[in-house]
Amino acid sequence: MSKHTLSVLVENKPGVLARIAALFSRRGFNIDSLAVGPTEHPDISRMTIVVNVEDLPLEQVTKQLNKLVNVIKIVELDQSAAIQRELVLVKVRADAETRSQIVEIVQLFRAKTVDVSPDAVTIEATGSSDKLEAMLRMLEPYGIKELVQSGLVAIGRGARSITDRSLRALDRSA
Amino acid sequence: MTEHAAPRRGDTPATHAPAPTVVVETMTGAQSLIRSLEAVGADTVFGIPGGAILPAYDPLMDSQKVRHILVRHEQGAGHAATGYAQATGRVGVCMATSGPGATNLVTPIADAYMDSVAMVAITGQVASKAIGTDAFQEADICGITMPITKHNFLVTDPAEIPRVIAEAFHIAATGRPGPVLVDIAKDALQATTTFRWPVETSLPGYRPVTKPHAKQIREAARMLVAAKRPVLYVGGGVHKAQASAELRILAELTGAPVVTTLMALGVFPDSHPQHLGMPGMHGSVPAVTALQKADLLFTLGARFDDRVTGKLDSFAPYAKVVHADIDPAEIGKNRPVDVPIVGDAREVLADLIVAVQAEFDAGHKGDYVDWWVKLNQWKTTYPLGYEAAPNGELSPQQVIERIGQLVGPDAIYAAGVGQHQMWASQFINYEKPATWLNSGGAGTMGYAVPAAMGAKAGKPEAAVWAIDGDGCFQMTNQELVTCALNNIPIKVAVINNGSLGMVRQWQTLFYNQRYSNTVLHAGPEHDGIAKPAQGTRIPDFVLLAEAMGCVGLRCERPEDLDAVIKQAMEINDRPVVIDFIVHQDAMVWPMVAAGTSNDEILAARDVRPDFGDDLD
Repeated sequence: MSKHTLSVLVENKPGVLARIAALFSRRGFNIDSLAVGPTEHPDISRMTIVVNVEDLPLEQVTKQLNKLVNVIKIVELDQSAAIQRELVLVKVRADAETRSQIVEIVQLFRAKTVDVSPDAVTIEATGSSDKLEAMLRMLEPYGIKELVQSGLVAIGRGARSITDRSLRALDRSA
Repeated sequence: MTEHAAPRRGDTPATHAPAPTVVVETMTGAQSLIRSLEAVGADTVFGIPGGAILPAYDPLMDSQKVRHILVRHEQGAGHAATGYAQATGRVGVCMATSGPGATNLVTPIADAYMDSVAMVAITGQVASKAIGTDAFQEADICGITMPITKHNFLVTDPAEIPRVIAEAFHIAATGRPGPVLVDIAKDALQATTTFRWPVETSLPGYRPVTKPHAKQIREAARMLVAAKRPVLYVGGGVHKAQASAELRILAELTGAPVVTTLMALGVFPDSHPQHLGMPGMHGSVPAVTALQKADLLFTLGARFDDRVTGKLDSFAPYAKVVHADIDPAEIGKNRPVDVPIVGDAREVLADLIVAVQAEFDAGHKGDYVDWWVKLNQWKTTYPLGYEAAPNGELSPQQVIERIGQLVGPDAIYAAGVGQHQMWASQFINYEKPATWLNSGGAGTMGYAVPAAMGAKAGKPEAAVWAIDGDGCFQMTNQELVTCALNNIPIKVAVINNGSLGMVRQWQTLFYNQRYSNTVLHAGPEHDGIAKPAQGTRIPDFVLLAEAMGCVGLRCERPEDLDAVIKQAMEINDRPVVIDFIVHQDAMVWPMVAAGTSNDEILAARDVRPDFGDDLD
């Protein structure tokens, strides 16, 4: 099994997320992470889906996704040729004694302290999964009170855009 | 009848417009729906009204172009739409109200999805403000049908109705056909809106590939002429693409043997010397064996269904695979492929004919002489057959075979699911496409009567025979009332063996003849061994037929068979039901037991063919 990052351009219509999620579950594929949001075009949303599958099932996932009428385009983003980021907000136990140590870790990882109270600090960090994992490992001994993490979002390196041609197709059909 | 532009495969919705003039009129959403149906060329709708769809039925009453046929159960409407679509090549349409009306369509929608049938289902939905409140007769039919439709729409804005109807028909009919559901909120039907036609569709994510890749076509042609033991493995896609003429040209040009799956019967004439029959669990010995021994599967619009392949990892072990299909997701799904071709079967075949001819011109011609020696040997040694029933009883195979012979290859035959379906696939000769309707993928019992009704409504000039089992018949026979009241004179041959025959066959073979709950016409104390399974004749199908406005006939002895069939053929003012009381222990052979290898095919009980082992 290996992780694959799929960027899926979809029509911004009600029920599209349900269609995609339902397709994954009924065809027996597991989603590792899923992030959905708007794009530069109001009629198109972009999903970034991380799946953990072999190459052959991945081909089947992609083909089945492509059959959904609301799916406009699917691109697999190669890890080496794409920037991949996740966002984590984490509330760590911190008192007067440990606070400065925690802040030091935050700075090492180029994260941000976004909220402080007498017993805790809340940290915002973005980065690759590896970096965030490393940071959380460092914070763990202090006591993680609460953690929330976004799905991964990714974009290809270089000048090329995966939305260009799709937007033209959309404008043509509109 | 007026000329109408029926939606066919490959058309774009714009071409359905009756005239280039632009129509802009103010009307209700319901009127807009009916006008849209007229504009896309829908001429027949099967349905039942109810609360939420009620507004649509008012303008429907005035339509001069759309005939509505009032069915007795929504399942009947759905299968009728499928039968209509499969017989005519046009989009079948059914209509139902919200909640239970819509959920009763679920089975036929799933059925149409499995068999890739172009169907549009229109359902009423509760008013948009009530959606999500568990209102009276509310069901999330879009959510329910999401995995069994090609696409579905929920319409709450009346202005969207024409566009959505145009898109629904376009999606249903093009690419790999399939069912599309349009769910319309009641307030959208009641509101005043503007009907515009022609309408611009917006489907940026829907672009089926129909034109095959030239390089793949050349490679496929090269493999075909280089193969020693090729088989053209032909599926329902060739029928959907209306490509039987092209298939015949390719087959005769190359001289390769042809097998047609359950969904493709009639696409290649059964009487053609190159036809080996149907592959699969109850396929002919030559067809199943040819695939097992082949060195090339030349697959056209088929999908390597488990009922064809048997145990997948021992299926066609020596074969390379060319797989042409309009649905890229089918290619490589079950069986790895050497040459994938995405495209419409007709375009694929047309290009292949040219490419194969080019190979011939370059001096490369396939030599299948040795292969045909083997194939003909299997054909002669293992023809389809059956044993006569004991004690002067009727054998079911004989009944079906005789119907096929007397009624002929111009008629349309619709089967239910089970033994009678398999016998109808084996013992009727199909010479033309769209003459065989059945529920192949879903295996929906009760399909035959409503599907025959739909076919006859779409093709009134054709003789339409439902070959049904007594189990299936009891699931949907209420549509005979619809047939009787709407001048849809179909024939129904009930192959009455008193039991759920296919299940009984498995109980005979795999459950030590313990006949649990398969005797239909007697109570649980009867297992069909001590007393015949027909038992009490409850219900009496002849009386039932008469009660529904049909002619009811019965046949119990071989010597009456021809006379009864001929009598039925002469009645054309009413539907006819013939209750054929047949031998209860007849079984379907050949058979590949579920989950086993196709190499284990049995020609008859305990008879394993001897294929010789000199091929490889």
